[in-house]
Amino acid sequence: MTIPGKMSIRLNGKPREVSRGLSVSGLLQELELHPAMVVVELNRDILERASYDDAPVSEGDTIELVHFVGGG
Amino acid sequence: MADTQAVADADRRLDGPLVLDGVEFTSRLIVGTGKYRTNESMVDAIRAAGAEMVTVAVRRVDLDRTKEEAILHHLSPDEFFLLANTAGCYTAEDAVRYARLARAAGFNEFVKLEVIGDEATLLPDVHATLEAARELASDGFKVMAYTNDDLVTALRLEDAGCVAVMPLASPIGSGLGVVNPYFIREIKRRLTVPVIVDAGVGTASHACVTMEQGVDAVLMNTALAAADDPVRMAHAMRHAVIAGRLAFLAGRMPAREIAMPSSPTAGMLD
Repeated sequence: MTIPGKMSIRLNGKPREVSRGLSVSGLLQELELHPAMVVVELNRDILERASYDDAPVSEGDTIELVHFVGGG
Repeated sequence: MADTQAVADADRRLDGPLVLDGVEFTSRLIVGTGKYRTNESMVDAIRAAGAEMVTVAVRRVDLDRTKEEAILHHLSPDEFFLLANTAGCYTAEDAVRYARLARAAGFNEFVKLEVIGDEATLLPDVHATLEAARELASDGFKVMAYTNDDLVTALRLEDAGCVAVMPLASPIGSGLGVVNPYFIREIKRRLTVPVIVDAGVGTASHACVTMEQGVDAVLMNTALAAADDPVRMAHAMRHAVIAGRLAFLAGRMPAREIAMPSSPTAGMLD
C-alpha cells in the first residue's frame, strides 16, 4: 500500500517510497546526493546531468544511482 | 644529492612519455584504487607511486552510507586521470552498460574494458571482450582492453579500434608476476597501439621484469593495496617500473652460460 503523497519506485534494486511529483533533481535532493557525484539511469536510459531538473520520476520507475568507487 | 625534481627531470630525458590516443603521461605506472585498508593510505600510495592515471569502478550508490565510499571524495579528478573500468561484468552487454554509465560521469571517454569469463580464475572472456570493444569503439570510447596473453586476441582487439591492449601478467590479484614473458614480448612486437600489462604483478621485481619486456606501461592494484606498507611498496614500484623501462631502452648485454672476465687478461705480473 502506498502512503498518501508518496509513490513507489525501484531504486538501486530495492523498492522505495518517495514523494510524488519529484524530478530527478528532487529525488537526489531528498536522498542528500550531490548531482555531480552520481550518474542516474532511469528505466535503463542514462540521463544527462542537464536534464535532471526536467526529468520526472514516476510511479513504478526503475532507477539506478551509480558512482565511482575504488577498483582495479 | 639530487632532489626529487632533478631525478624526475632526468627520468624524462631518458624516456619519452606514455601516449594513449594523444594524451601524454610521464608515469608508466597505472594503479587501481581498490582494496586499500584506508582511503588515506590509498591516496598516499598513489602519490608515492607517481601514478597519473588511476582506475575506478562503477557501482551502485549505497544509500545507507554514501559519504565514505565515493572515490571522488578522496581523489581529485584535477590531480589524477580517472580511468573507469567495467570490472565485475561477465557479458559484453553489461560491460557496455557500465562503460556508458562511467562516461556519463563526465570526465573522459577512456574505459578499461574488462569482461570476465571465469569466476575462479577471473580470466577474461575474450570473445565477449572483443564484442564489447567493437561496440564501444564505434560509440566513440577510447577502449583499453584487458585480455589474456594471447597474441591473436590482442591483434583482434587492436583491429577493433582499442587505443591500448592490456594483456595480463598472471591472474588478477594473484601476485604471481609475468608467467609468460615470451607471449608478452610477442604481443608488444606485433601491435602498434600501446601494450599495458594489467594484473598479476605482486612485487617490485615483477614490475621491473614486466617493463623489461618492452611494454609501454604496467597496471597494478593489489600489489600496493595488500602490501603491509602500501606507501613503501608504491615507492618500490615507481623505481621498479622506471628501472625496467630504462633497462629495456638501454639494451641489455647478451646472456651467456660462460664467464667472461671484466678486467684485462693482459698485463698480469709474472
